[in-house]
Amino acid sequence: MSETSAIVAETAARIFEDLGDPQTINQAKDDAWQGPLWESLQESGLTLAWVADTLGGAGASLADGFEVVKVAGRFASPLPVAETLLAGWLLSEAGLECPTGPMTIAPSRWSDELKIDAAGVLSGKSRAVPFAKRAEHVAVLADGPQGPVVALVRLADTRSGDGRNLAGDSSGEVLFDKVTAVAQAAAPAGLDRQRLMLLGATVRANQMAGALETVLAITTRYAGERVAFEKTISKFQAVQHNLARLAGETAAAVAAAGSAADTFANGITDDRLFLEAAGAKIRVAEAATEGASIGHQVHGAIGFTKEHILHRFTLRLWAWRDDFGNESDWAVRLGRMIAAKGADELWPLVASR
Amino acid sequence: MTAAIQFDQLRLPPECERLRDEVRAFVAEEMEAGNIKANGATGGDSFNRDFSRKVGAKGWLGMTWPKQYGGHERTFLERFVVTEELRIANAPVRLHFVADRQSGPILLRYAPEHVKMKVLPAICRGECCFAIGMSEPNSGSDLFAARTKATKTDGGWLINGTKIWTSNAHQADYMIGLFRTSSSTKENRRHGLTQFLVDMKTKGITCNPVYQITGHHDFNEVVFDNAFVPDDHVLGEIDGAWKQATSELAYERSGPERFLETYYVLEELVRVLGPDPDVRGAEGLGRLVAQLHTLRRMSVSVAGMLHAGKEPVLEAAIVKDVGTIWEQRLPHKARELAAFSEPEATNQIPFEEKLAYATTIAPKLTIQGGTTEVLRGIIARGLGLR
Repeated sequence: MSETSAIVAETAARIFEDLGDPQTINQAKDDAWQGPLWESLQESGLTLAWVADTLGGAGASLADGFEVVKVAGRFASPLPVAETLLAGWLLSEAGLECPTGPMTIAPSRWSDELKIDAAGVLSGKSRAVPFAKRAEHVAVLADGPQGPVVALVRLADTRSGDGRNLAGDSSGEVLFDKVTAVAQAAAPAGLDRQRLMLLGATVRANQMAGALETVLAITTRYAGERVAFEKTISKFQAVQHNLARLAGETAAAVAAAGSAADTFANGITDDRLFLEAAGAKIRVAEAATEGASIGHQVHGAIGFTKEHILHRFTLRLWAWRDDFGNESDWAVRLGRMIAAKGADELWPLVASR
Repeated sequence: MTAAIQFDQLRLPPECERLRDEVRAFVAEEMEAGNIKANGATGGDSFNRDFSRKVGAKGWLGMTWPKQYGGHERTFLERFVVTEELRIANAPVRLHFVADRQSGPILLRYAPEHVKMKVLPAICRGECCFAIGMSEPNSGSDLFAARTKATKTDGGWLINGTKIWTSNAHQADYMIGLFRTSSSTKENRRHGLTQFLVDMKTKGITCNPVYQITGHHDFNEVVFDNAFVPDDHVLGEIDGAWKQATSELAYERSGPERFLETYYVLEELVRVLGPDPDVRGAEGLGRLVAQLHTLRRMSVSVAGMLHAGKEPVLEAAIVKDVGTIWEQRLPHKARELAAFSEPEATNQIPFEEKLAYATTIAPKLTIQGGTTEVLRGIIARGLGLR
């Protein structure tokens, strides 16, 4: 990690520790804590890390932004930090100026069709848009008459559904029923649906890796505190082996997500990026399925309660598997790519970096 | 919240990629010459003196060791590239692999100078095969239960007892053996074992084959009957072998050989599924490739951290745990994914042959060099649980 990335990670962690501590917000009676946390993240430039400074952002590197995402995952942040980063990136790539306030991004599914006409009027719908009810703006990648177009839309101008994901975070359908964009510009060469999905997948993978790190940390700690049969449960071999497996899954997630982020940050755009980003989303989602389950098993009944913070991580881990392509979807795409290239090309691709 | 697990990002430097091209060109030549069989699953498990000599002549053995011992003072990352490329090619590395990975580094650290000068250059030339004498009939994962004795005599030690499951012993020039020189103590049950370098031609050593479920002869029972080992072949501290499990273990645990042992099955599976597989085949293949890719990135990262002087002991143990389980399941998974493939597929026969071999060797992958159960205990210790 570079020195600046380390400083960014540290800054983000400090803000979350002070204003977004999972234990504190889990006990909060209302959402009043959200305002100060968001303000602080925004003021320090973290939410618009990927927006060029000429367009209202912090102009940080891709690597720095991934650190923010990972830290947000470590705290299971229920605010649209990752989504605002992604939206900012999309707008900035197209040279559009960024508004302040929380943003989200559409589409987050492969199959959604969004169209924009020459006058900048959007039609179509996007399902499971994260924070559809919380964000103020949505950055959209739509099909225009001459290719992909990036548009900025006020969510108040759309009809957005009340859907929620497993963890209760807003994740709803957004209907663009002849909605006029606030601003629009042709997407630069190379920015298409696939690239957006690859970056979205890499972002979610890094959030999930962060969340798994915390699941490992709190589960390990709990096993060392909880006494049963006159000793801490960490002394039972069966529990140790479960925790070792959780460590293995966490390690795989951290390595795969970090590697995909590094590939993006280094400007690699070919099949290597596809392998990295798709591979990360697949492997991290598998780790989420397995790892969160082990976290619950070791915690026993207390981990199944609203009162305990474990669910803040495990439910988001399971929910995030579905955003920006689930693991089955990416696996089919990756498998088809490998099959089309042929057996002799497999190892050279795997060993390419 | 500090992270217990860390994987620094590493992109292999240009000298590694140049080396990779050299290794691939060499592999292609050797395939042409018939020394590496493109269609043989057993390749990686076979001895080939000519091949090992050629690998030595290329400068790919003892790569990281000092030049005075025949080494090449290259980096661990360069060694990593050679290891993975030869493994992927299923090249016959059996003769030199243990010596290069494990035994050489122990000698470098603990053998007297004149022994190093004699043995290490031979390893670097690809002429020296090593066996590891650890397991005994009543001491497997629990190494400290070893009972084979070394008794002090004039100028050296007399070895008596039996080692078992000793791979390579019937072909090996030397063994690095763990023998009991004193009883364990109440305070420390690990006390009392010493490492020795044993010349396998020594009088009083008998090798009896133990055939494996594959039908191959790899395991041996090695019986010591008053076999003499000179004093200068003691490696390290007498009674203190338990202190000598060092950072080398991280290399041994995290290398690419810990997940690539059945790779050939995946490659054949791609051929069996063809260029346009159905959804089931594509999804299964995609997941396997994502898992393999992740393991390799973990392994590269550990190599990079070791190279940078860090000690990723926990991460290395995890690579072996996750990696060996993956390579063990791979043949079974490939079998399921190939279930609906056309019998006429051009490579059905090589696929089935390789699958059969991989399926029969699979059980050993989570046993050799430390069982999954022992490894998970080590990971638990790394997490601070014990």
